[in-house]
Order: sequence, then C-alpha cells, then structure tokens
Amino acid sequence: MKQIMAASCLLLLLLSSGGAMANPASVSDELSKVQQAQGTAQSEVDNTALLSAEEKNTELLRQLTQTKLSKVAKILEQLEATQYASVRPLFQTLLDGALYYQRADLRLLAIDKRGDGTLLANDLLSGEALGVVSKKTIKKIRVNNRLRVYLRDALSRLALQDERVEVREAAVLNMLDKLKPTNVATLEAAARVETDAGVKTLLQLALAMNRLTHSDLRAERLAAIETMAGRLESSVRNQLYTLVENAAESDELVQAAAEKALKGIDGKVTAFGYVEQLFFGLSLGSVLLLAAIGLAITFGVMGVINMAHGEMIMIGAYATFVVQQLMPNFLEYSIWVAIPAAFLTAGLIGVLIERCVIRHLHGRPLETLLATFGISLILQQAVRTIFSPLNQTVVTPEWMSGSLEINAVLSVTYSRVYIFIFALMVFAALQLVMKKTSLGLQVRAVSQNRNMAKSMGIRTDRVDAMTFGLGSGIAGIAGVALSQITNVGPNLGQAYIIDSFMVVVFGGVGNLLGTLFAGFSLGIANKFLEPATGAVLANIIVLVFIILFMQKKPKGLFPQKGRAAE
Amino acid sequence: MSNLINTFTRYRLPVKTSSMFVIVLFSATLLASMANLWVPVDSALHVSTYTITLLGKYLCLAMLAMAVDVVWGYCGILSLGHGAFFALGGYGMGMYLMRQIGDRGVYSNPLLPDFMVFLDWGELPWYWLGMDNFGFAMLMALAVPGLLAFVFGWLAFRSKVTGVYLSIMTQALTYALMLAFFRNEMGFGGNNGLTDFKEILGFNLQADSTRVSLFIVSAIMLAIGYVTSRFIMNSRMGRVVLAIRDGEPRSRFLGYRSERYKVWLFVYSALLAAVAGALYVPQVGIINPGEFSPLNSIEVVVWVAVGGRGTLYGAVIGALLVNYAKSRFSVLMPEGWIFALGALFVWVTLFLPKGIVGWVQDRFSPEVEEQTTEPNEDRGADTAPTNKELAS
Repeated sequence: MKQIMAASCLLLLLLSSGGAMANPASVSDELSKVQQAQGTAQSEVDNTALLSAEEKNTELLRQLTQTKLSKVAKILEQLEATQYASVRPLFQTLLDGALYYQRADLRLLAIDKRGDGTLLANDLLSGEALGVVSKKTIKKIRVNNRLRVYLRDALSRLALQDERVEVREAAVLNMLDKLKPTNVATLEAAARVETDAGVKTLLQLALAMNRLTHSDLRAERLAAIETMAGRLESSVRNQLYTLVENAAESDELVQAAAEKALKGIDGKVTAFGYVEQLFFGLSLGSVLLLAAIGLAITFGVMGVINMAHGEMIMIGAYATFVVQQLMPNFLEYSIWVAIPAAFLTAGLIGVLIERCVIRHLHGRPLETLLATFGISLILQQAVRTIFSPLNQTVVTPEWMSGSLEINAVLSVTYSRVYIFIFALMVFAALQLVMKKTSLGLQVRAVSQNRNMAKSMGIRTDRVDAMTFGLGSGIAGIAGVALSQITNVGPNLGQAYIIDSFMVVVFGGVGNLLGTLFAGFSLGIANKFLEPATGAVLANIIVLVFIILFMQKKPKGLFPQKGRAAE
Repeated sequence: MSNLINTFTRYRLPVKTSSMFVIVLFSATLLASMANLWVPVDSALHVSTYTITLLGKYLCLAMLAMAVDVVWGYCGILSLGHGAFFALGGYGMGMYLMRQIGDRGVYSNPLLPDFMVFLDWGELPWYWLGMDNFGFAMLMALAVPGLLAFVFGWLAFRSKVTGVYLSIMTQALTYALMLAFFRNEMGFGGNNGLTDFKEILGFNLQADSTRVSLFIVSAIMLAIGYVTSRFIMNSRMGRVVLAIRDGEPRSRFLGYRSERYKVWLFVYSALLAAVAGALYVPQVGIINPGEFSPLNSIEVVVWVAVGGRGTLYGAVIGALLVNYAKSRFSVLMPEGWIFALGALFVWVTLFLPKGIVGWVQDRFSPEVEEQTTEPNEDRGADTAPTNKELAS
C-alpha cells in the first residue's frame, strides 16, 4: 500500500510540474484492460477526473497518426506526461519502428515482421492478436533520430516509475552513463518518493554526479564527491577520472577530494578483481574436482589406472544430450533425469570394463594402463560413429543461465555457482558412501589388504566391480555438470584426463580430502597465474610445478600413512 | 633370486640375433633401394619413391619403438612421453631445414623463416642462431632432448618416482611441451610447425636419390642403434638394468646405485628417439606440435607391446607391423582403424602379454618358455597388491 501511495504521490507531483493534465478519473470499458495491465491502483486514488484524461489520451493517440513528423515530438511529450502504463509499450514499439496504424479506423498496431514477409498485427492498447494484415491497410508512424534519442530518454524516465524495483534500478543505472540535464528533474522527483533503499542511493548518486559537474558551490561539490566515493559504477569512475586527469579543475580542494575518492574506488576495484579471480579459481577447481573425484576412487582407492576415465565423463555428457533429445518439452527438468541416467550409464560401462578387462590384469598396473587406453580409443570412436564427430548442443536450463550481479564490477555466472555447489555435494556424498556404508567399508578393507579381506568373507571381485562402477558413475555425473559449461564432443574426456591424474597424484593417492584440496588449489593457482602469463602458459607452469613437486614428494600432498600405505 | 639368475643366463648369446637383424635389415634396404633406382618404372619389381619414403618413415618409427623398448622392456620404466624426445629431435632437424630454405620462401626473406615474417618478427630469436650449420643443428637436436631426459630422469629417479607415477609424469611432460609448442610466441611456427623444406645439405629433398639416401641412412642408424643397444644390454650395465627391473630394492641392497643406471639408460633412450625424430622430419617434410601429443607417445608403447618387449627386435617388428596396418586400414576405413587400434591395445595386453615375438618363442621353442621377460610375474601371487606394489 505504501508503494501505491508513493506512486500516486509521484504521479501528482509530476502532473503538477508538467502542468498540463487533469487528474485521471473514472473507468471506461476500453480502459479496464489498460488498467489491468497497469496493475496500479490509480483508480482508487481519484476516480472522478479520469474520464477527461482518458479522452485527452485517446485524442493524443489519434493526433499521433495524423500529424507531421515535426509535430510528433510535442505529442509524445504530452503522452509521456499522462503517465499511463500504455505509454511505455507505445514508446518502445515506436522506437523499434514497429508502430503502425490501421488506415480505416486509426487503430494503433504493433507489427511483427516475420521472416517470410508477412505482417502479424497486435492491437497496441489491448494486446489483442489480429493475425496477418495486408500492407495496404496499414501505415507506419515514422520517427527520426532526434525522436529516437527522446524516446530512449523518455523510456528510462518512465522506467523510473515502474513498480518493480529491478526495473527502476536498471533505469537509473542506464541514466548514469549518459546523465542529461533534462533528466535531472525526473531524477530529483523520483529520489523524493523512492522507497527502495538501494534505488534511492543510486538516484542520489546520479544527482551527486550531476551536481559535481554543474554546481558552483564548493561545499555541494565536495559533498557530491563524498557520495560518489566508494561507488563501483564505471560512470562514476570515468567522471572522477576525467576530472583528475584533465587537471581542468580550478578548485584544488575538489581536485584533491576527487583524487582521494578515485584512489579508494580503484583500490576497491582491484580487491574485487582478486575476489573474481578467486571465484574463477574455485570454479575451475570444482571442475577439476568433479573430473578427478571418480579417478580418486578407481586410481586412488582401487589402484587401477583407468585411462578411459575421461571417456566416462564424456559418456555422462552425452547421456545429458540424449536425455534432452528424449524429452524436448521438459528441458528445465531434464537435468534431474540426466544425473541418474549418466551415473547408471557410465557406471554400467565401468562395471563391464572391470569384468571384461581390468579383472584379468590385476596387479599389472602398466598393462592396465595400456588396455584402458585402448578402451578409451574405442569409446571415443564409438561416440563419433553413433552421434557425429561434431560437438553436440546441450541446452542450459533457464535457472542455470544468467549471472548473479554482486556489484557493478563483480558478477558470477549461475552455472558456475551451481557447479561449485554440485561438486561439493558429490564429494560429500562420496565421502559418506566411503565412510558410512558397508560398501565403503569393504572397499577400504580390500584396498588395504586384499587377502585378509578375502579371508574375512568379503567377495573381493564383487567389491572391485562395484568400486569401479562407482568411480565411473561419478565420472558420468561430472560429465553432466561439464556439459553445461564446455562443448560436448568426442574429445571432451581427453581434455580432462591428464589434469585429473595430476589432481589425484598431487593430492595424494588414496586420499579423497587430498583430492578436494588439490583440485581447488590447482584451480586457484591456474587462475591467478593467468592474467600475468596467459591461459596456456599458466597451464604449463602448473604442470611443471606438479612434475617438480612430485620429485620432492612422490606420494603427493597428503600421503597415506600407517598400515594402508605399506 | 631365481628371476635374477634367469635373466642373467638368458641374454648370453646376442651376437647371433644382432647379425641376423642387421643382415635382414640391410638386404631389405638394399633390395628396395635398387628396385627404386635401377628397375624401370613400368616393371612389376619397381618400388615407387612413395614406398621408399614410407619405408624410411617406418624405420624411424621402429627406432623410436626401440628407444621405448630399451627403457620399458629392459628397465620397466614405462615412458608415455618418448614422443617428446622424438619431436624435439625432429624440431632440431626442422630448424636446420627451415634455415636452408633461405630466400625461397613465400615472403622471400633471406634472414627469417616465413612464419616469423608473418608474425612481424624483426630478427631471428637467439635459439635459432647457428641452426643453419648442419653439424651444430644435429648437435642441438641430440643435446636438447638428451639434456631434458637427463634433468627429468635425474629428478624423477633420484626421488624414486617409479611405476605408474612416472608414466603419468612423462605423459604430463609431453603434454606440457605440446601446449608450449602450440604457442606462436615460442618461435617454432606454432600450430603449423615447420614445413615447406627445400633441401638438405644441398640435395633437393624431392629427388629420388635423396629419398633413397635418407632411407638408407635411416636403416644404417637403426642398425647402429640396434647393435649399440644390444651391446649395452649385454654389458655389465645392461645386467644391472635388468636386475633393477626385476627387483629394484634388491639390487639397491646389493650395492648398485639404481638411479644412476636408470638416468643414463633414460638419456640413451631419449637420444635414440631424437635421432629417429631428426631422420623422420626430412622424409615426411613437416614437424608440428601434434608430434608431442600424448596419444602419439602411447601408440609407440603399443607397437612395442605388440612386437614383444625386452627383445629390441620385437619392438622393431611391432612398429613395422602396426604402422603398415595403419597405412593400409586408415585409408580403407578410417573409422574402423581407430576401433582396431583400440582393440589391439586390449587384445595384446590380455592375450599376448609377451607380444608376437614371445608368442612365437613359446610356440616353437618350448625350452625358453620358463625364462620370461615379464617382470613381477612371480610376485603377484604371493604379495597382496597394495599401493606399494603399484608403485614398484
């Protein structure tokens, strides 16, 4: 209710300053749709005067269709002053060059020109779809560049009155970049009635920026710099930067204050730059962790060198693709089907590989390496033959796309945030399986002393198959996550196999927590090196570092201790 | 202990196999060369220059396989990065050949190779200086891979990095080098590598006689490599190397500095690979970072596994057979070849652990059946395979 009051206050204020309009009043039949679209409660405020305003509005719209181009500006200004919700779509359509009217009854139409040349019409006011119209029955309302400039401006001004906070915020931010004296009055008015604290600060910032340029009073300008200090918006920085750089400022106090403010802002921006790098590092680390965590089971715990591990990731990614192909109408939810599907597919293939090949090579790690490499070649080629050698498109669900804007200089993409969380969840789940379930107990027993475990009644061959299936399945899940951020193609796995081995070896074989630590530290190291060296060189430096590190500590960061290590 | 004695007694009579190998190699080489140069083109016995070049290429790859066999078959060091030494040797030769182009390149720049002109480089980087001298270039083609192998081996073997860890590290090494050579800033032609060679030591690379000569030189180098490797393996050092393969802790306890033997053997093997690479480049006419790809290195290991490791000639046979099959099948059905190669990996490790040579020996001379080249075979049964086992 407070908001409504504020909106109507604003309305009245603007109307009085505009001076032209009578108050809006009663409800005609045609208007009710507009009212619904408007969603505000103007009619509750004062129902009596709306009729005349409505008439005036209709008259203006009629004039718009008849007048000359040179007079359009005046009509648009009057229309803007009416404050109707219908003004914004009207202006937007006009700006897009899609505003037409019907020759017969001067009805305003929004025309959607389709690829095949047909024109689809919608009634601008009611939104009613009128279907295909002939070009002869309609006429375009033309605008020139000057009008376009005005329209853009007016649209941001109108957006300031939107009831959605984010629209208002975007409108102010948009105005910050090209602050015009014409907008100042609107901004001032908006600042007075704004209820949202964030938007209000932004509005005051905009006014401060204006004062810094145009005011003559030292105190006012210093106060303006005070307001601007610590803000991260690029326009603030630019303005201060111009002021400091050009040295055209006569007032030394203002100059000094601006320099100080700029320094503070720059420091903040640098700090957020580090935060961003840290985030990128964590993101890369979570990818590495996801890729390596399955390997940490098969290689780390079981001791099997699985060169086909990357292909398990690839299979997971392709499982996502297939699931999306199978349920094209439910792409948003496909990922919840894809995760178990990828786990099962990759897991079953893993069990199959273990039963058919790896079992026979027990205790011969180098031969296992070769055989699984052969399997990886076969799997890659199979994917090339079944699908195609080209990359496949995996759709990112709506809720995973876009980015989270933390402030003007720092924003993080949702997909990477989700993958980070997902990696930690998978890790926790795996840790739970290894520590709390009987399967985990058996796996650890077999990895520590196979013969002893066997004599205690553990079916070691079954445990082997299950472990390998688990590791492969987790690689498949990693594939689901990776399909959201990289290309899904037959070579997807190859890109990760060496990195995965590095992570596992660096973290210490047989130590899941070590893998977690290694994944994140390598990811962060890589991203912090990148600005200085470039991506490829950063990758090489990290590889060389690990090679050298391995010489010093061949068992990794966290080597296994105690009997299990013997 | 029985293993040690077995291996010691096994490799007593090398002279016979050596001379056999050299005789077969040279008669084949001479026959093929003569058939190319002196038999008329329309004759059924004529060997085309294309075939000669192909054979020369196979011989270089066979030498690379032999280099892998020296470390893997005899010392148990499974290197998945030998392609790196091969490619570095190749780049050494490629740089020399590049300098020989002179002003006949596309940009007719007498000082700079084409790609440097293309990248707007003002002058030759320091590491290209002197590469127009054949002797110096060849020295570099050997010294750089040798030094890399020495540093890598010294670091790795001194800190007792063995088994699978070592394999993965060698793979990371060649992967890192591949990434590095893909960069244009490195000054080795980036993605495209070095190509468009014109002549070597003043001889036109396209001429039949040059091709045949290169083929014969490859055969000679392979023979020298074979005899040298045989000599090393029969010397005292070779026996210690075998002892290290079959039980490194035991040989260390007996007083041998195992890491030194391993380092020198690794360097020797890298040099063999570098020679092979240097001979390979003029025959195929190009060297690019793709040669560093981990897949190439691991393919070499399969040639050795197919032929039979720990025999030297097995590696050569494996390399020739697999590459011949590759040339044939990858033309006939490119997709099928990858399946076949993958299946070959699995099949050989599962059913032919000693390779073709081992299979033939088992089949036709039952008295050597007991003497196996398989390391760790009798240990798998009585010790629990733990991480320790994997690393040894």
